[in-house]
Amino acid sequence: MADQAPSIDAEIQALKDEFAFLGDWTERYQYIMDMGKQMPAFPCEKQDEAHKFHGCQSQVWFDYEWDGDRLDLRGTSDAMIVNGLIALLFRVYSGRTADEILATDGAFIDELGLSAHLSANRATGLSNMIEKIRQLAAERAAA
Amino acid sequence: MTDDGRTQPFDVESIRAQFPALDQQVHGKPLVYLDNAATTQKPQVVIDTIREFYERDNANIHRGVHTLSARASERFENARARIARSLNAESEREIVFVRGVTEAINLLAHSLSDDWQAGDEVILSELEHHANIVPWLMVGQRKGIVIRTIPVNDRGDLELDALPGLITDKTRLIAVNHVSNALGTVNPVARIAETAQAHGIPVLVDGAQGLPHGPVDVQALGCNFYACSSHKVFGPSGVGALYARGDWLDRLPPFLGGGDMIEEVRFDGVRFAPPPSKFEAGTPNIEGAIGFGAALEWADGLDWLAIERHEAALLQRMTEGLAEIPGLRLVGQAAHKVPVVSFLIDGAHPHDIGTLLDSMGIAVRTGHHCAMPLMQCVEAPAGTARASAAFYNTLDEIDQFVAAVARVRDMLV
Repeated sequence: MADQAPSIDAEIQALKDEFAFLGDWTERYQYIMDMGKQMPAFPCEKQDEAHKFHGCQSQVWFDYEWDGDRLDLRGTSDAMIVNGLIALLFRVYSGRTADEILATDGAFIDELGLSAHLSANRATGLSNMIEKIRQLAAERAAA
Repeated sequence: MTDDGRTQPFDVESIRAQFPALDQQVHGKPLVYLDNAATTQKPQVVIDTIREFYERDNANIHRGVHTLSARASERFENARARIARSLNAESEREIVFVRGVTEAINLLAHSLSDDWQAGDEVILSELEHHANIVPWLMVGQRKGIVIRTIPVNDRGDLELDALPGLITDKTRLIAVNHVSNALGTVNPVARIAETAQAHGIPVLVDGAQGLPHGPVDVQALGCNFYACSSHKVFGPSGVGALYARGDWLDRLPPFLGGGDMIEEVRFDGVRFAPPPSKFEAGTPNIEGAIGFGAALEWADGLDWLAIERHEAALLQRMTEGLAEIPGLRLVGQAAHKVPVVSFLIDGAHPHDIGTLLDSMGIAVRTGHHCAMPLMQCVEAPAGTARASAAFYNTLDEIDQFVAAVARVRDMLV
């Protein structure tokens, strides 16, 4: 093990606990946006068409790199809530192995209550990104 | 009206009580519904009318000899007559049922352009909704039609002085909205029609946002065509009306072909029914048309002078409240507006504004409002946040909205 990062399941449980602690959705969005602000900056020169992640209402850029057997994810959005949602996804999926990623589908988005509270467009954007991440893992596992 | 002719104060609470959807909580907060330019909520009388139609009178119209069909046909045609009266059309024969403004304009784009030639011109305005842009672009692609536009100024008013210079001997139509969905500007449609008439050019008015804010008199406006959507005016979705003055419907070729729009069909020819049937192919949205009629009948019974004052107060409260928030830019401050306010906050994405307001129970619209060319004109490429009030909104709701926007601004900036 490269570090002592919590397992995916522990990370999802931590998110659920944090969400439960927050009183309402305004506070949850504040928390989501704060997670986004703590993400490493996404380089300006990569905010181009090649790195654009389509299928979102706001602009989203996405990049990845395999660090040994672990998938490093980077991304950003011009909308702060979307940026925060990207950070939330990366908390779950970034730095994980292909097997770990493939073992975790997007059910936690429902369990966090996000599907019910996000607009349909945003919920679709979120599941498209999970699909993309899992597809990268599947390609790696098949290679 | 009282005996001395003065209107009573507007009793907004008794109006609200007729709208069941307004009385609910979202995300644990009381709903403040300020997305009325997208669609309006429905009064109980409209909901009941549609339910009762299905419970008692449901049948297909115009072709049955049985009692239910006769009842349904009568109610459908009564709705047409009600719409004609509400718009002050001369005759119900001038009213075609359509799915909404979008279909009405597609119908006209198809049928009016039948005899147009390459190089012919249509004048639109920069304030238009995509529904009054895209059908003309499609005609343009098919026939080589040129689109010209009346410019909008920084305040969101049309630069009407530019209109005479846009008119040429190739101008076939002027098509503008009555009220801008994105900015709330009330356009000087009667003046546009007067100019057009002097040149013998027909005028189409997209009335989607006009009818919800006051009675419309198509004869006073002087337009040749007026299109409206039921769902914007407290009626059901999926139905609307196209008004076409005088003999226009006789002169135009049909749009869609099928049942109900014919007199005789043989494999070597077809004779069309007289208008408006000629433009109503297939089984229409029967309960929708009847619900639309019920909505207009209900609206016609309201005190519109009092409503006008109430809506002006809502607009003033929104405008003044938002103007005090640092970094907030109001987009569109035309002299004559309905209670619709588009705005931006420096450093904040409109979608974030909308999502955070939703978490506080407040429904607004964010984005380009189906008016991408206008968003470029007003330098808001990512769109705006838009609050659009109806007469059932209260000043207290506006205060809640303004306070929520101030809080959202603090969260995002």
